[in-house]
Amino acid sequence: MESLYAITTGILTACGLFLTLRGRSFPVVVGLTLLSYAVNLFLFSMGGLTTNGAAILDGGGSYADPLPQALVLTAIVIGFAMTAFAVILAMRARGDMGNDHVDGRQVDETREERR
Amino acid sequence: MLQHLIVLPVVLPLVCGILLLISRHGSTSLKRVLGIGSTALLLAVAIALVDKAASGEVSYYALGDWQPPFGIVMVLDRLSALMILLTAVLALGCVVFASAGDDEQGSNFHGLFQLQLMGINGAFLTGDLFNLFVFFEVLLLASYALLMHGGGKSRIQAGLHYVVLNLAGSALFLIAVGVLYGATGTLNMTHMAVRLSELGPESAGLVSAGALLLLVVFGLKAAILPLYFWLPKAYSSAPAPVAALFAIMTKVGVYAILRVYSLIFGDQAGPLAAIEQPWVWWLALGTLAASAVGVMAARDLRLLVAYLVLVSVGTLLAGIGMQTPEAVSALLFYLIHTTLVTGGLFLLAELIGLQRGKAGTRLVKGRPLRNGGLLGILFMIGAAAVAGLPPLSGAIGKALLMAAATPAQQPWLWPVLLIAGLFSLVALSRAGSTLFWRSHDGEPSDRPLGRRQLFGVIWLLGASPLLVLLAGPVSDYTQATAEQLSTPAVQIRALLPDAGGDA
Repeated sequence: MESLYAITTGILTACGLFLTLRGRSFPVVVGLTLLSYAVNLFLFSMGGLTTNGAAILDGGGSYADPLPQALVLTAIVIGFAMTAFAVILAMRARGDMGNDHVDGRQVDETREERR
Repeated sequence: MLQHLIVLPVVLPLVCGILLLISRHGSTSLKRVLGIGSTALLLAVAIALVDKAASGEVSYYALGDWQPPFGIVMVLDRLSALMILLTAVLALGCVVFASAGDDEQGSNFHGLFQLQLMGINGAFLTGDLFNLFVFFEVLLLASYALLMHGGGKSRIQAGLHYVVLNLAGSALFLIAVGVLYGATGTLNMTHMAVRLSELGPESAGLVSAGALLLLVVFGLKAAILPLYFWLPKAYSSAPAPVAALFAIMTKVGVYAILRVYSLIFGDQAGPLAAIEQPWVWWLALGTLAASAVGVMAARDLRLLVAYLVLVSVGTLLAGIGMQTPEAVSALLFYLIHTTLVTGGLFLLAELIGLQRGKAGTRLVKGRPLRNGGLLGILFMIGAAAVAGLPPLSGAIGKALLMAAATPAQQPWLWPVLLIAGLFSLVALSRAGSTLFWRSHDGEPSDRPLGRRQLFGVIWLLGASPLLVLLAGPVSDYTQATAEQLSTPAVQIRALLPDAGGDA
């Protein structure tokens, strides 16, 4: 289970990173979303992966660590708000600058204007 | 009531911020009164907190009365009290300046401003690593909106870069927190310090990975060398009062580095102690060198001041990299000076730009200034202070810092710091002579200076001579702060009396 979980998180992170480094704002926003999913999965596993742990501690035996779940919940809420903001901002930038390049320039122009 | 004082710097701006956000339209003067009143009250609270912390006692406020290490705590020591006071002084100048008209260029300026203050104060007070993340997000979300206050192409574009970079930074922060929690099983910073000393060598690799990831995150906020490229554009395109408030934002990153690595990775952490030192030291010198070149290359007064912020970040981090209490004391003195003076220079640049018509703050010939004499004197004071000329406060801060360097560090620190100061001086005198002496023949602009705007500039720039007059007591306080930081055992004993405290 651990390796499957790790591979999933890793692939999500890699995809997120690749998309975040793209030049257009839409892939960047999608990349950031994927990155935040990967981070949420990672946070969820930070207390260690166990199955059949008791939700409420009843003396002995294994129990599920409740803290990562609380943290993931916080991270999801914050990530959601941030994604919403980034989407609106990307749309605003598209409207104000006339194109969706993150530097606000057409791609062919960037080659000429690069100093 | 008095025991709730510690949480007041968070609750007060939160309540006022929510009140201000209730209605988007509504009387501007009422909003101004509420915003300025809340900030002035925050200043009073901050003075009370410094008074309380000056005794050297570390006190904490357990939210919901969940005692540490289980609940979230707000910790008040000399460092956090000092930072809160600094924020309040800076914010009062900014909010009064903004009340002259900048707050009407968009909606909800004052509400966002208060929420930003809440995030900054929370980041300074919290004793919990995850809570630090939450307050970082609060201050970032407010800063995104404030940066783009008033709109405009350059702000939107700089804002897009700023938002995307910081979102990526937040993801890294969460990963670092997750790694450290996985290794130590706690999020309370004080408890983490105790746990680290008990940790076996098998998790040392994991912890150092988490620790250095945290350094990347804080480095992004503080704008260290490879991570600062967002700053000049963002700061120079932000509205003036917001840019001035942002002068404290890079210091939040510096504070976080200072706090986390002196407490968690202090002497008791064994092989992991001072894990950040080589990185911070060399990158700080690199930041200083790169930003000095930026200062020379800037063709706009606001961009110039933004690069001066970077120079100050490099100087401060060099102080952290030196790892001695004397250096920390010196950097705290310099931090007070540089935050207020660069904030004041951002405000002054706006005043100069307003009177120069179309030329704005660009360093080209423009209309003659209507109040050239007054603005010129203020500019000279600000420039002399920020470049580090005696008798103003920058010189004292730099002298303290250079005196704190060990013989092995001196050949690196002294030339870089002094040449950066020289570059700043050359660039500022060039800028000043263009702005004040080279102008078209023509009528001066008919824009008078606003009284509130002048108050904001004088309030912040006046801090420099005041710091010189009060240099004795202030440096006594920063020295005591540095000693408190170098003995994390005091904080461990205060928060976790059962943990032995001798770790």
